[in-house]
Amino acid sequence: MKRLLAFIRKELIQVRRDRRMLPIVIIAPIFQLLILGYAVSLDVRDIPVVVVDHDNSASSLEFLQAVFNSGYFLEAAREERAEKVDAYLDSGRAAVALIIPPGFERDLLTGSEASFQGLVDGTESQTATIGLNYLEMIARNFNQRIVLQALERMGTGARPAVIQPEVRVFFNPALLSRNFLLPGVFGLLLMVMTVILTAMAVVKEYDRGTMEQLIVTPLRPLDIILGKLLPFFIIGTVDIFLILAVTRFWFKLPLQGSFLLLLGLSFIYMLSTLGIGLFISTITRTPQQAMLTSFFFMIPMMLLSGFVFPIENMPSLFQWLTLVIPLRYYLLVLRGIFLKGVGLAALYDEGLSLLLLAVVINSLSLSRFRRRLD
Amino acid sequence: MNPARLKPVIRKEFIQIRRDPISLTLLLFLPAFILIMFGYALNFDVKHLSLAVVDFDRSQASRELVSKIISGEYFDLNYRLESISEIDPLFDSERIKLAVVIPRNFARDLARGQSPQVQVLVDGTNSTTALTGLSYLSNILLQYSTRMNLELLDRSRLGKVVWPVESRVRVWYNPELKSSRFLVPGLMAFVLMIIIVLATALSIVREKERGTMNQLLLSPLEPAEMIVGKIIPYLLLSLAGAHLLLLAGWGLFGIAVRGSYPLLVLVMVLFLFCGLSQGILVSTVAESQQVAFLLAGLTTLLPTFILSGFVFPIRNMPLPVQAITYIIPARYFLVCLRAIILKGAGIKAYYREIIFLVIYGLAMTGLSLARLKKSLVR
Repeated sequence: MKRLLAFIRKELIQVRRDRRMLPIVIIAPIFQLLILGYAVSLDVRDIPVVVVDHDNSASSLEFLQAVFNSGYFLEAAREERAEKVDAYLDSGRAAVALIIPPGFERDLLTGSEASFQGLVDGTESQTATIGLNYLEMIARNFNQRIVLQALERMGTGARPAVIQPEVRVFFNPALLSRNFLLPGVFGLLLMVMTVILTAMAVVKEYDRGTMEQLIVTPLRPLDIILGKLLPFFIIGTVDIFLILAVTRFWFKLPLQGSFLLLLGLSFIYMLSTLGIGLFISTITRTPQQAMLTSFFFMIPMMLLSGFVFPIENMPSLFQWLTLVIPLRYYLLVLRGIFLKGVGLAALYDEGLSLLLLAVVINSLSLSRFRRRLD
Repeated sequence: MNPARLKPVIRKEFIQIRRDPISLTLLLFLPAFILIMFGYALNFDVKHLSLAVVDFDRSQASRELVSKIISGEYFDLNYRLESISEIDPLFDSERIKLAVVIPRNFARDLARGQSPQVQVLVDGTNSTTALTGLSYLSNILLQYSTRMNLELLDRSRLGKVVWPVESRVRVWYNPELKSSRFLVPGLMAFVLMIIIVLATALSIVREKERGTMNQLLLSPLEPAEMIVGKIIPYLLLSLAGAHLLLLAGWGLFGIAVRGSYPLLVLVMVLFLFCGLSQGILVSTVAESQQVAFLLAGLTTLLPTFILSGFVFPIRNMPLPVQAITYIIPARYFLVCLRAIILKGAGIKAYYREIIFLVIYGLAMTGLSLARLKKSLVR
């Protein structure tokens, strides 16, 4: 025990001595969360549109107004000729082109089918999908109005009815994507910090040739691992509090659920990510390998965690793969506690999975480390 | 700069890389591997949303409406409920995303011209899914009532009215809205940036940490020569990695480069150049490989993912954050890649981005070389 304490002290001194380290691990997460927290938004609004109105009539004006009043689209430019729109879409200055053909109003008034042409830039497939839907919705609303007007004008005496959807939104009433994504940034930051910190921990000793010295001390492999993990566990704990404070008080993300539960589950999550870093450290031989391998682990974890790309849309093989990603569970925990205010009963499975992953990955690294010492 | 002196440094670095086959493999194949893995896995498509329906009316009209809602691939009718109180638990346990409640007298109100209200409940946690689901649903409702009113008009025989406005929307560049097309440029920028910054930073800091930097400095090499010599191998490796990624995109997803290939290579070199100078800058700040790793990781991984416009549209960000995206080289690179690879556009569409990349690269190099000299003298 005494030996372990002495070793831990040595590790802590080493961490402290690197004068760049502490400022980075304290300031960087706050800084990043502040910027990234504002940047993550998948709200689709103000899609830039280039307009070509060949008809220039009251009806075409009315239609365009319906499009731009929706708030989803923004008139970025107006052109006289349809050929001009290519350049806008090519350079990305507009994501949608709306072309209204001559005779739009005439067709509407004579009761023959009018049409407009929409061109959508598909390279941003997310915006394109939603933009297409909105465009369709606006056109249908416009149609509805025209049919209703026609019914009224003709004085048929028939009473038209409209189905009115009355929408109620649970858990995120303003439908802000930030509320959904902010917990993701939270979990990602914590993962990046802890994995990077520990991935170098053991490899560093090999790289500097100080591993032999450690081996000849009476320290057991478990002691070495514990001593390596602890300083980063402390740093991680500080980071958790900092990130939590920024999320709660700066971004004003309301915390609906229990703070203690969130803290407890965050510790378990951190144990698992520290374990992943440690595991990388035990399977690599140079810092460069450790770095490349940690990206080999981190990038898939980022993309498959359900942070932006919904898990339920993935092929089933990948859905299985997500089961071993701690961030996946932690995201559910964060969203559950922050947005829905659910308690331990609802997060029982996630907590257990996190704990299981933490235990498995840490014992795996310990056994790899033992074997490598032999 | 003397090429004769440069050559041995390049050779030395190559030998060092070759001695570490794991790193070499990862450097070369990581980009392509990530594309292969995720080209299939990731997409934003919102389909098969789990739906619950409470039909209090049980009329022909309400049944018709429900069948219209579930006829597409957007909604899966998983629960038919008897009462509203059954809905909440389903939302809590995330078994449904939406619920539709059709009121009693739905059919009667429709016939009498009293617009009935259909209640739509939605789980807003994932706002994108929620909004898309809502717009699908309201499109279906609008379609339904407009068709009904058209029939009404038809029956009155006063005038003939057809479906008023038909939208003819076409999607360019990516007609099937495949996410692999969207991922190729994004992943390329993302992975290349990370690898090049880290590899450069670590390779320089390694010499510092081991104390071999002093040996190198004692040799007749100038600092600039040494740096250039050290990073040329990484530049070449990253270019090779980028080509493997392009090859994978072409072979597996059928994404051919539509625009000019020489321009593509030019843009890649410029982008890598920006990454290299950023790596050098990191190496002048960091004194240990651990800190170099931390700094490089923090300045590349999340910023390139989030601030480059890869996933999150830059125009949605608040202005100060938009200003910050101007110092993320991946932002420019991404526009160029999308224009060249997917759109096949000419240089007119992205010459501004190229100019920005050049300016950024030069400024970064100037800054990092100035800092490097200072840190080496110390």
